[in-house]
Amino acid sequence: MMSVNFLAAVAHVAVPDAVTFAVAAVVVVLGAIGVVATKSPIHGALCLVGTLIGVAVLFLEEQADFLAAVQVIVYAGAIVVLFLFVMMLMGVDREESFKDDPMKVQRVVGIIVGACVLAGVLILANVQWVTGAHSANAPLTGRVSNVNDLANSVFTVYLLPFEATAALLITAVVGAVLLARRRSVVPLVGMTESPEVPPGSPEVSPTELPGDDGGSVAEVAPGGEDKDQNEVVSQ
Amino acid sequence: MTVHASWYLILGAVLFSIGAVGILVRRNVLVMFMCVELMLNAANLTFVTFSRELNDVAGQASVFFVLVVAAAEVVVGMGIIVSIFRNMRSSIADDIHVLKG
Repeated sequence: MMSVNFLAAVAHVAVPDAVTFAVAAVVVVLGAIGVVATKSPIHGALCLVGTLIGVAVLFLEEQADFLAAVQVIVYAGAIVVLFLFVMMLMGVDREESFKDDPMKVQRVVGIIVGACVLAGVLILANVQWVTGAHSANAPLTGRVSNVNDLANSVFTVYLLPFEATAALLITAVVGAVLLARRRSVVPLVGMTESPEVPPGSPEVSPTELPGDDGGSVAEVAPGGEDKDQNEVVSQ
Repeated sequence: MTVHASWYLILGAVLFSIGAVGILVRRNVLVMFMCVELMLNAANLTFVTFSRELNDVAGQASVFFVLVVAAAEVVVGMGIIVSIFRNMRSSIADDIHVLKG
């Protein structure tokens, strides 16, 4: 049984390792629950930082030094900052009301499905223990730092995937720029300011502008410049 | 002797389940994205644990690639969210049903 193994294992665990694991695990789980349970996305992002740093500590505990550093730099330093940037910049940090949910059943079903996932994974972890060939191509040498092992592996065996990640990152950057930029030609609602279409341009017909201007979207149009521009055109 | 690998695997399973529940329950697109990150971290933790258990650096190399893909995914996802928010002024998944046929 697994529990017997655990008890036998716990008896031999060095105390600092056990304490480190316990504290990091508590931080990870609490942070994850915070991401799911907090109303404000900003608080969720801050809880996510706790989870990510806890996972980095666990990486250190498992002698994956390079990955722990990368975890902090990339995840906590770049990805969460990107989340916070988008929230603050776009103002999408409105709190989500848990009361008036259009589909109350979905929450119950979601929690049940999550419990089923947890049970399934735990059952699978119980019946099948770690199998497979040990150190098929690149064993961990057991030195203090495993950066050399990882570099040897990435730059020899996984060289082609490594190069492919470069192409992936470039593609992602270009795609993000294309997706997030303002379209300057098509005058969508809320995006009427466009440097390439001057106010008196014949392409923007004055009769369409009041229709575009009305409605709820115009109220949240950024800045007052758009309205001035539209008034000039309609006059 | 370090902590037994089963504890790491159980922690990974718990983390993955919390992320899955978050995706199913929450409506805010940004929070759903953060829950995807939780699930990716659970997978990474499992990768590193098996890497240690099997004494093979391939698991850690996999985590390296997962990190790169996660970064690219977040960048593109944020671009999509910014674009949607600019057009529809909403970040709630239920409000974005224009693509519905």
